Amino acid sequence: MVIILARRIAQAVLVLLLVALISFAIFRFVGNPVENILGQEATVQDRNEMIERMGLNDPIPVQYARFVWDALHFDFGISYRTAEPVAELIASRLPATLELAFISALFALVAGILLGIFTAISRGRFLAGLVMTTSLVGVSLPTFLIGVLLIWLFAVELGVLPSFGRGDTVRLGFWETGLLTASGLKSLILPAITLGLYQMTLIMRLVRSEMLEVLRQDFIKFARARGLPERMVLLRHALRNTLVPVTTVAGLQLGSIVAFAIITETVFQWPGVGLMFINAVYFVDIPVMSAYLLLVGTLFVLINFIVDLLYLAIDPRIRDRNLRGGG
Amino acid sequence: MTSPPVRPSEKPAGAPESAPTSVSASISASISASRLQRALASDFVYDFTRAPIAIIAGLVVLFLFLVAILAPLVAPTNPFDPASLNLMNGFTPPMQANMFTGESFVMGTDDQGRDLLSAIIYGLRVSLFVGVMSVLLAMGLGVSLGLIAGYVGGWLDNLIMRIADIQLTFPSILIAMLIFGVLRGIIPPDLRDEMAIFVLITAIGLSEWVPFARTVRATTLVEKEKEYVQAARLIGLGRHQIMWRHILPNVLGPVLVIATITLALAIIAEATLSFLGVGAPATEPSLGTLIRIGQDFLFSGEWWILTFPAITLLALALSVNLLGDWLKDTLNPRLK
Amino acid sequence: MTAPLLEVSDLSVEFPQRRQRLQALDRISFTLEAGEVLGFVGESGAGKSLTGAAIMGLLEPPGRITGGRITLQGQRIDGQAESVRGRRIGMIFQDPLTSLNPLRTVGDQLVETIQLHLGMDAGAAAQRAGELLDEVGIDRARIGAYPHEFSGGMRQRIVIALALAPEPELIIADEPTTALDVSIQAQVLALLRRLCKERGAAVILITHDMGVIAETTDRVAVLYAGRLVETGRTAEVIAAPRHPYTKGLMAATPNLDLVSVDTVLPQIPGSMPSLAALPPGCRFHPRCGDVMPVCRRTAAPFIDGVACHLYGAQTQEAG
Ligand SMILES: Nc1ncnc2c1ncn2[C@@H]1O[C@H](COP(=O)(O)OP(=O)(O)OP(=O)(O)O)[C@@H](O)[C@H]1O
Ligand SMILES: [Mg+2]
Repeated sequence: MVIILARRIAQAVLVLLLVALISFAIFRFVGNPVENILGQEATVQDRNEMIERMGLNDPIPVQYARFVWDALHFDFGISYRTAEPVAELIASRLPATLELAFISALFALVAGILLGIFTAISRGRFLAGLVMTTSLVGVSLPTFLIGVLLIWLFAVELGVLPSFGRGDTVRLGFWETGLLTASGLKSLILPAITLGLYQMTLIMRLVRSEMLEVLRQDFIKFARARGLPERMVLLRHALRNTLVPVTTVAGLQLGSIVAFAIITETVFQWPGVGLMFINAVYFVDIPVMSAYLLLVGTLFVLINFIVDLLYLAIDPRIRDRNLRGGG
Repeated sequence: MTSPPVRPSEKPAGAPESAPTSVSASISASISASRLQRALASDFVYDFTRAPIAIIAGLVVLFLFLVAILAPLVAPTNPFDPASLNLMNGFTPPMQANMFTGESFVMGTDDQGRDLLSAIIYGLRVSLFVGVMSVLLAMGLGVSLGLIAGYVGGWLDNLIMRIADIQLTFPSILIAMLIFGVLRGIIPPDLRDEMAIFVLITAIGLSEWVPFARTVRATTLVEKEKEYVQAARLIGLGRHQIMWRHILPNVLGPVLVIATITLALAIIAEATLSFLGVGAPATEPSLGTLIRIGQDFLFSGEWWILTFPAITLLALALSVNLLGDWLKDTLNPRLK
Repeated sequence: MTAPLLEVSDLSVEFPQRRQRLQALDRISFTLEAGEVLGFVGESGAGKSLTGAAIMGLLEPPGRITGGRITLQGQRIDGQAESVRGRRIGMIFQDPLTSLNPLRTVGDQLVETIQLHLGMDAGAAAQRAGELLDEVGIDRARIGAYPHEFSGGMRQRIVIALALAPEPELIIADEPTTALDVSIQAQVLALLRRLCKERGAAVILITHDMGVIAETTDRVAVLYAGRLVETGRTAEVIAAPRHPYTKGLMAATPNLDLVSVDTVLPQIPGSMPSLAALPPGCRFHPRCGDVMPVCRRTAAPFIDGVACHLYGAQTQEAG
């Protein structure tokens, strides 16, 4: 077990270093860092001083190592646009994104699994068909249009929900949360649905097809033949086996929720890291872009890692295969 | 509809190939008979339910392409010609006479008094141009890399496919945004708007090559072992000739399907980027740009500025998607 | 006279389809006494598994019972099989590799069944599960192991333990050894027979293998295209098969005593018709060597253990 763990961690670190390499390349070679910080009017002496201070004359591997070292200490440089440290910028905006992503993921998972089970066990009924058809439309709509549509319906026509921002927030230490106020929660509804809808649909369809697959299997037939009541067959035998493959896909989908938050945050002017990233792209704020890539990359690698472990925990067959392979 | 379970596994496991009893002989006979019946029945249903949708989707795509190509001929006005704009015409609702000038527009006008129908036709042109060009880029790159990875193999194969794997873990829209940002950083600021369309094409193209490469590689690996390729090798044809002349034609079917599906993705990606303000510039608005502009007028009641571009985009993306689905089922290649 | 353990009379099963209704079972009747072993044979698709599924109330929709009755000790169970499923009638399927939930330990699955049917607390149920494992020849220490940690033969033993756990009066075993390695088929079959005998449980054994029928069963029922064509004491049917289909089956079976590898066995020509294209009259007549004009027109009634016009005339004269 320890060996598997070590190997997985080594893999994850390797991918992370690769992501860091790309981040570093962007940070170092796109545009001219010195000019961007000092402006075009700076004297040659100022420039040389800056080059020296940033260590831009050192060998590239040394610079890369320093980049990684700094990143490990949450030092991502200074934003070209606002001249703030990027780390502070991210720290002030990350809670907004994480709260949005968390609620969306929760929505996607809970609604996706419930609807998936429902459409699987009531296959052929009208309501299940309706859900499936609607979900097809949901998948083909681009995220930003879903957001616009929701704004039009709930903010413009009905006027019941806010169309932008986070509402009132409360500070808990360094964390600014919108989950504790009524207006914060209300502001969260539309963005969370917009962001979660696509993943919800995917999870629903996946759960449905997996569940139908599992229900066709012999051990379900045998469980029924053993006299287990239908409720037990579904909950104890079908559901768990359905959720194993769903875990991987759902887990990976949750990672892309953070990435797709860029779109939702822009539509709803949600003050998170996604909006920060889009602004950075627009204003060519290279350090912010590079830090964002590092952040999202880390998140993806982390999620992949956790999903792998989860998979090991759930499926004894894989656990054994790995143990044998690893030992 | 549940199909009768055909369970080939219920053949007696121990039965050798030369079936010793009539029982197992007729087992396999009856299995294959019912398989055939079901296959026929399902094809039958399939043709009648899917084909009309595919035909309609195809017609819609064709129509939109024609309109985009012929934009200068079919658009009522040139939306970028300042001379044709009359501010007094601003915010004219669709099919209504403007209260100052008395002019009327099929889809109304925007804040500048620009005819929305013309803007959409030109926007469609931009969207389709970006979509098609980025698919061509993705296809060129993906097919080449896939062929090389499959045919040459070794560390090159390893490298290409590893990059593909890593890229595939991230949503392609994120990759496109990153590439867009990087390219913007490389281009001198005063050229940024001018080159925005090409930057957009490169960004989307580079974010979508992986499916092409994977499929082409898989097919190449299979084709490589076939007799005609071995024969071509024996008569001394060069690597390049074999790759491009002999293997490539075999992967065209799957590639066409992927290209169609990717076109839908690219159109949506372009619209998304432009909607976010990091795509087509305001001087060359695409459908996504128009939707972004339209969103600002949602609250003040000028719904048409948003609605018509949005409907056009949906019709386009949906039709291309349906067409791709139909192609996929018809050609039925082993898509990864 | 007490009622037989199981009585099936005129059981019909249909699969409604868009254009037609497939009649998969046509008026099947048979009885089974307590402790008796009844074999079901017939080609693939004859309806053997369906008969089992119908008794268990486990027909896959849209399949349904359209006629007849099933009684267990005089009590009707068709339409309310839940009350006896698992508890009084157990079932064993062909493929032990897929019959167990791969994600739960065998102990879990045993305890769950025991608790449900025998109302024991968890401790007692675990105790009982261990005893059952011992009985089927598996070390009870492995109660916490997952199915994939056992071989196919061992898994089928576990399946047998599971089916026997609630002490049912009847076990329906649907090709219980077909998927197993030839070398252990006999072992598993012997185990099943012994355990059922000890408990006085009756067995319906579904198989393709006339050899198994000969060795294991007291009586045999031959199915063809959804109809029962012959029943009787196993020894008598094997010694003197009456229906031409049974004769064909027997002739196609290697003689257990003097079989040699390259013996060419006669086969019944043709194949069983599909349910969608059943011939009129006797369903076997297109393949029958003794076919008579009447066979093409009407199906022979099931009289005296056989449904064949060859014998119908004598019976009618006698009656
Ligand atoms: N869901 C279904 N829909 C339609 N027909 C079905 C369905 N299930 C079974 N049948 C039909 O019922 C008939 C009997 O099937 P059954 O499974 O009982 O055969 P069997 O005698 O057990 O064969 P085998 O030896 O292959 O197990 C077959 O002709 C089959 O095609
Ligand atoms: Mg069967």
